[in-house]
Amino acid sequence: MNRKSQSRTGQVTRRSFGAGLGAAGLLAGTAPFNVLRAQGAPLKVGVLLPRSGLQAGIGQDCQRGVDIAAGILKDMGMPSLQIMNADTETNVDVARARAEKLIADGAQLLVGAFDSGQSTAIAQVAEQKGIPYVINIAAAPQITEQGYKFVFRNFHTAPMILGGAFACQKDLFAETGAAPKSAVFLHVNDTFGTAMQKGIGAVMPKFNMPYTIKETISYDPAARDLSVEIAKAKATGAEILMVVSRLNDAILLTREMVKQRWSPKAIFSMGPGWYEDQYLKTLGKLGDGPISFVPWYDPNKPLSKKLEAALAKSFPGVNLNTNHVYTFEALLIAADAYKRAGSADPKKLADAIRTTNIKDNASTGPGIQFNAKGQNDKLKISAIQNRGGKLPTVAPKDAANAKVEWPMKPYDKRA
Amino acid sequence: MPLDIYLNVAVAGVLTGLVYGLMALGLSVIFGVVRVVNFAHGEMMTIAMYIAVTLFSAFHLDPLVMMVPIAAVLFAFGYVLQKGFINPFITRPEHSQFLLLVAVAIVIVNVLLIVYGPDAQNVQTSYAYDSFQIGPLIVDATKAYAGLAAIVVAAALFAFFQYSTVGTAIRACADNYTGALVVGLDVKHLYALTFGLGAACVGAAGTILLLIFDVTPAAGPAYTLLAFVIVITGGLGSMPGALIGGVMIGLTEAMAGLLFTPSAKSMFSFGILVLVLLFRPQGIMGKRAA
Repeated sequence: MNRKSQSRTGQVTRRSFGAGLGAAGLLAGTAPFNVLRAQGAPLKVGVLLPRSGLQAGIGQDCQRGVDIAAGILKDMGMPSLQIMNADTETNVDVARARAEKLIADGAQLLVGAFDSGQSTAIAQVAEQKGIPYVINIAAAPQITEQGYKFVFRNFHTAPMILGGAFACQKDLFAETGAAPKSAVFLHVNDTFGTAMQKGIGAVMPKFNMPYTIKETISYDPAARDLSVEIAKAKATGAEILMVVSRLNDAILLTREMVKQRWSPKAIFSMGPGWYEDQYLKTLGKLGDGPISFVPWYDPNKPLSKKLEAALAKSFPGVNLNTNHVYTFEALLIAADAYKRAGSADPKKLADAIRTTNIKDNASTGPGIQFNAKGQNDKLKISAIQNRGGKLPTVAPKDAANAKVEWPMKPYDKRA
Repeated sequence: MPLDIYLNVAVAGVLTGLVYGLMALGLSVIFGVVRVVNFAHGEMMTIAMYIAVTLFSAFHLDPLVMMVPIAAVLFAFGYVLQKGFINPFITRPEHSQFLLLVAVAIVIVNVLLIVYGPDAQNVQTSYAYDSFQIGPLIVDATKAYAGLAAIVVAAALFAFFQYSTVGTAIRACADNYTGALVVGLDVKHLYALTFGLGAACVGAAGTILLLIFDVTPAAGPAYTLLAFVIVITGGLGSMPGALIGGVMIGLTEAMAGLLFTPSAKSMFSFGILVLVLLFRPQGIMGKRAA
């Protein structure tokens, strides 16, 4: 029995051979499918935005860029993304906590968060956990000066915005023959506003601008009343008003200018607020005239036209803007990196993002590339002017689709 | 800087301060009589502001027109709150009263968040962008109407306490609780009436304030703190003190913004509070404890 049994164990029967062959075939056959499944599974992207709190309006506007992304990315042949939404509540500590939770819940890449303070907190979490983070909008330069390996920003730093803004202003002055002698600078006293205020001191002398800043006035981001700020700005007698603000304060500032009967020759905004739909809808004709020097999109690029069409379809009456374009591009960068990396491994994704080279983009400039610090330093600033609820680009020349109206029509002359 | 700018800013500060004063008046009335510090004061004001927003968006009713009906609603709310919740706490330790009213405040903020969401809301009246020019002085129309309405409401409240029988009875309760009981006054009812009046006051203030500021559910605690600063500066329990404190804080914030930096406005109002606490702890119009 023993011997027989031993001999039987050593035999390869036809049945066992078939079973073994089948198992081997199954293993061999499914292994490539396993790889394909890993590549075909959607990349889990945690999108952090201020969906409530002081910046809720802008956060929800950024979300529109997320909402229109799936169809366009598919048309571009990009892999699909699984979006995991999170609300930072316009609060730095909440942003940090939500980033940690998203990673704990399986997010393989983070995107967000519109605000510099919140983005700084998320960047710290992303770097600590080793998860790639693509900043959609945040301008504080220090975020990409920390030597982070997992943090990337396809957005302008404050000095880039300022440099671009001053260059565009000089283009406009040359076009109109205007040369204002004085300006007053009003800025919100948050991370972004303070960074811009510091940047002006450093950048402006390099551009030899025709005007000088007579006074710089800062205000609380939670201020409910900006009458004193406007009174103070008006008292300087400056020809132009330069602002770095948010949405609610942009509306408050305009209301106060109307009430205090002050119409500067021009309003130059170097931040959000003044070009947003809520601003245009709330103020109607009183919203016309301000020129925003902002990270924008080139209306002549094919992807811009696709984004405009997708936005018009999903959100009729909403103008395409910075929030949509840069939030969309952050997702484009994620999808493009995932496609090239062929893996959701954080290190491989980060390496792929570092070598990004997207030419078919929407934002003004030659395309999307990152330098060694993770910053896209090729981006250009556009000048857009509020006109009848629309936002034509008036500079730079190669991305413009309208001529600037100068000076701004006084508020008391608008019927 | 031209002199008219100082004048414009000072007038705007005084007008805003009058509305602040009306808001703080409610807090002072409640404390002066019931001896309960209403930690849900600012939150009650945001209720009034949201009622005004709702009525404006649904029926386009001007907040100034709706001031009296909204004050009546807040009166009923305050009456029920005092009668149903606060009365049992009158004889309990102060920390119990504090916790009760903080809990009420948190409930109000969260209910408003659920109903209205977190975004700022306002009303766009036909005179939202109007201003009056008197020589070099430019006065914001909404602030002028708001300041005027605050004076009318405060005067009505003073007259009520000074000349009406119920007002006299309430003052009797405030002066001598035991004496009021001895002469047969229904003290619990009078306490509820007083709380209702304080709430009506803050209701009127909230409705008026909506002409000047946007409202968010999260604004409540900031208004509570502001009311405390004003009332302590003016004198806790003193009705004229609340108005004077309001004007003083409004004016200080405005002038500090103009002369120094606008982002440090509130630092100066708290600075005044510290000075008052150091050198006149009973407040500008308050009576020194015996």
